[in-house]
Amino acid sequence: MRQSWGSVIKNRAIFSTLFVSYVFYAGYVYTAGTEAPHIAPISDEARHGQDLFQEHNCIACHQFYGLGGYMGPDLTNVTSRYSPAYARAFIMTGTPRMPNFNLPVDDVDALVTYLEFVDSTGTYPPQNYEVTWYGTVEQEDDPQ
Amino acid sequence: MMPKDDSLIGLKFMRLGILALAVGMFFGVIGGFQFLFPEFLRELLFTKTRPLHVSLVVAWIFLISIGGIYLYLPRQQNLKLWSPRAANVHFWVFVVTGLAILASYLAGKFGGREYFEYPAVLSIPIFLTWILFGVNYFKTVSKSKGPWPVYYWMWATGIVFFFITFCEAYLWLIPYFRESMIREIIVQWKSYGALTGSWNMLVYGTAIYVASRIAGSEETATSKLAYSLFFLGLFNLIFGWAHHTYLVPSQTWIRTFAYMVSMTELLILGKILWDWRASLQTYQKHQYCNAYRFLFAADIWIFINLILALLISVPALNLITHGTHITVAHAMGSTIGINTMILLASIFYVIREELPQHVHAGRTKQVQIGYWTANISLAVFFSALVLAGLGKGLYTGGSFQDMMLQIRPFLLVFAVSGIGLMLGFWVVLWHAFRLTGEILSPATPDPYPEPA
Repeated sequence: MRQSWGSVIKNRAIFSTLFVSYVFYAGYVYTAGTEAPHIAPISDEARHGQDLFQEHNCIACHQFYGLGGYMGPDLTNVTSRYSPAYARAFIMTGTPRMPNFNLPVDDVDALVTYLEFVDSTGTYPPQNYEVTWYGTVEQEDDPQ
Repeated sequence: MMPKDDSLIGLKFMRLGILALAVGMFFGVIGGFQFLFPEFLRELLFTKTRPLHVSLVVAWIFLISIGGIYLYLPRQQNLKLWSPRAANVHFWVFVVTGLAILASYLAGKFGGREYFEYPAVLSIPIFLTWILFGVNYFKTVSKSKGPWPVYYWMWATGIVFFFITFCEAYLWLIPYFRESMIREIIVQWKSYGALTGSWNMLVYGTAIYVASRIAGSEETATSKLAYSLFFLGLFNLIFGWAHHTYLVPSQTWIRTFAYMVSMTELLILGKILWDWRASLQTYQKHQYCNAYRFLFAADIWIFINLILALLISVPALNLITHGTHITVAHAMGSTIGINTMILLASIFYVIREELPQHVHAGRTKQVQIGYWTANISLAVFFSALVLAGLGKGLYTGGSFQDMMLQIRPFLLVFAVSGIGLMLGFWVVLWHAFRLTGEILSPATPDPYPEPA
């Protein structure tokens, strides 16, 4: 059964509407929707640590906010849950699960600074949250 | 009609895709065992095997989808490709870039984000050839007479949205996005959510195309229902990505909105249940057709995965499942159970059409054994991941090692069933590779000869 040209125009109109909605929604998410003024800007050293984190593909095994690989633990709050020294020890010596990457001290410092920065952005898993009657969740760390 | 060589460029993409899946699964199995035995193949760290596995299996999805489009349009839709040369360039750039990406992983040269871990510069050829592919597609289908069937829409949507979301995945290179970790992480996962939606458009378009061709009727591709489901899928692609970031601190409305959008997929679930009896009857009618067999398997996996997807899209349940192996089960169930089954259906449909003298050749005993081994292994693999995920999600202790010890039996089953999955698919892929090679052979008569 072939469609009529009327339905073709209707399909094009629906597609265009959805596409325009996508553009506006993306714009909103990029700006006001993801504003988090309560988080301090990232420092240069932490930025260097972030680059190192990517260059060694640490996310293949670790996660932030539960996003990443599951070979190793989530690192979102590793520096406050344990301590920066604890994180440093793991990076410098490795474990049976994690290789020692033999990083220079400056790089280890940068990585620990980055982990401290990530820690300052929120808590994972969330500790204080409310589940509404319809199943959504409001967290303490959500920007208000 | 085009010369056979030109119109079969799609088949080259498909054969490359078959190799990508075969090798990608091998790295997946190695990675599965490294999970259990971290000392296993220490020279090839998990930081390498994971991206090697992911990139190769994602390449499989794209190569077979793209190959199908390049092949179906000129061979079966009577639409000569706007530029066969552009399609050839696309193929060779893809080969060279793919090899460069694999080399960068093996050498431990990373620099990108999760799923695109290769140095960001290697995304440029992918980006440029995608434009070439898009232009070729739109110029080709613009010659089509009459309104587009829904699969043309789906392929077009997949092409456009992959382009957008692939660009979006690199917004982290712009300082504005890197200034805020929350913005960076949400935009990154927004792009990934919609990017998988875009490749699903390419794959589901292929499924509808193959199903309508097997049925010998365009009804499934032109009905109002087909368009309604397409627009529902597009709506979810655009707005339903935030279940990935429910637990990232963000405006509450973002997760609530995505939650509501995800629940519209209940309509698709209802439709599957409603059609179940009819699907079963159609299956019985076409049970001797390999392509239909794989489509039917995909139907069952859609049902199972949709239930899991709906459950993990409820933020209250996502609190337990997020960051656990249930997410992996969701990803594996979708990419293997749904996408791979559909793409194998596409390959075996091409074999049936191109080698009519071998209608039953693709249905050898070995293909059947491979089919059942892969599906049964996948069921065990999927269940083991769900159970491991529940073990992790419900674990209340503080030690990562202790949690890993508790879920170890499930991970062992996952790793072993992964071998079964790989072996089952290898058997199927070997036959697919052999028969598609026969199609390309100059000695094979062309079932679509050029008119005198």
